[in-house]
Amino acid sequence: MNEIIFVTVSALIKSIAVVLCIVLLSAAVSVYIERKVSAFIQNRIGPNRVGPFGTLQPIVDVIKLLFKEDVVPAGADYQFHRLGPVLSLGVAIVVYAVIPFSSPFMMNIAGVDRLIQFGIAPNINIGILYILAMTSVGVYGITLAGWSSNSKYSLLGGLRSSAQMISYELSMGLAIVGILMITGSFSMNDIVMHQQGWKINLLLQPLGFIIFLVSAFAETNRAPFDLPEAEPELVGGYNTEYTGMKFGMFFLAEYSNMAVSSAMICTLYFGGWMLPFSPSLIGLHENTLALSLVQFAWLLLKVIFCIFFFVWVRWSIPRFRYDQLMRLGWKVLLPLAIFNVVATAIVMYIIK
Amino acid sequence: MLETYLPLVIMLIVGFAVAIIFMVLSEWLGARRSTAEKKTTYESGMIPYKNARDRFSVKFYMVAVSFIVFDIEVVFLYPWAVQFSKLGLAAFIAMMSFIFILLVGYIYELKKGGFDWD
Repeated sequence: MNEIIFVTVSALIKSIAVVLCIVLLSAAVSVYIERKVSAFIQNRIGPNRVGPFGTLQPIVDVIKLLFKEDVVPAGADYQFHRLGPVLSLGVAIVVYAVIPFSSPFMMNIAGVDRLIQFGIAPNINIGILYILAMTSVGVYGITLAGWSSNSKYSLLGGLRSSAQMISYELSMGLAIVGILMITGSFSMNDIVMHQQGWKINLLLQPLGFIIFLVSAFAETNRAPFDLPEAEPELVGGYNTEYTGMKFGMFFLAEYSNMAVSSAMICTLYFGGWMLPFSPSLIGLHENTLALSLVQFAWLLLKVIFCIFFFVWVRWSIPRFRYDQLMRLGWKVLLPLAIFNVVATAIVMYIIK
Repeated sequence: MLETYLPLVIMLIVGFAVAIIFMVLSEWLGARRSTAEKKTTYESGMIPYKNARDRFSVKFYMVAVSFIVFDIEVVFLYPWAVQFSKLGLAAFIAMMSFIFILLVGYIYELKKGGFDWD
């Protein structure tokens, strides 16, 4: 019983901390990075008025959006119109539950030594399945938003987006199969532990990494694949009829998804929190808080670089046409992903 | 059992609670000056005509059906992939023949033009 209370309380504290510090902050940081990098690429200055170097801009944006009028179109299905953004943002937040942020550290709580790990449930043995299930639910949020608005642009944007997301989900799922074969576990933490030292999955699964990267771009509806919000043809896509913070929730969800995709890329292919050298090299011991913080910082560094990469691609590569997008998904990535599975299986069988 | 999955459930509750709080705040704090004009949907400045929930291209259904077929393949692959190093030659051959049969179906749909998007 005592154990259950401890698990409940620690999970509650951790999940609130993760939501406040990581999800909302990562979305804010992503927005800031996006605006600054795009300004740099387009030879502008970017936000520089609110706070030092404009760093408080995303927070001010959220406050502004909160006080905007909430307009629901007359023909809209009101309850589904409300459900769309909740599903999108909720799913984008809860995916963080299985991402491990550091190795466990020893801490004395109420006279009992316990191993605590940054991350809510990183050791859960369905980690990968959970992420895939949640990203599938995310499709509903966008489709519902598009359908319920009773606007032609929204409907087309929602349909395009859902078709795109389910097409690339396949390649994404198949790209992970290679890692599952190497690791032999669904747990995100096991996948990180397996990449000790320089044995990162990127070197073992280069083709899988490329497939996963492209699919991650398409899954987050970002740039070269931001067809759902192709401004010249669809106005704003599925969020055309949304105002105020409900629009902001789609915006937050997009950036939160981008951050979580970056965290997944780092965890699956770049070794996650695992330091590339032995921790004793910098005078840190196993299971200490200091080591956990260093590992967390190391993961954060990689994630921020990944976010920067997402932004960099967005402002450098022109948008695909819809038939090109579908051709890439079904005729190039899917066969490549199946080939990757077969090749990994054959190589692993020969080595064994 | 409960201790393993409890944190996930708590995170699900907290995550969706945050989303609902955002939505309620937006409806509660925002101004309310609604007019009939404001409630019309955007249609490039024209008066919207007909219902938006009309028929749409059958291609989207094709994508959905193909997705289900291949997603089931992925779901079948997962348990096999996790246990791969413990399974023997029989499982390897079984899965390769499964993938081969699916590939035949894939090539059939490719040749029939199921993946073409004109």
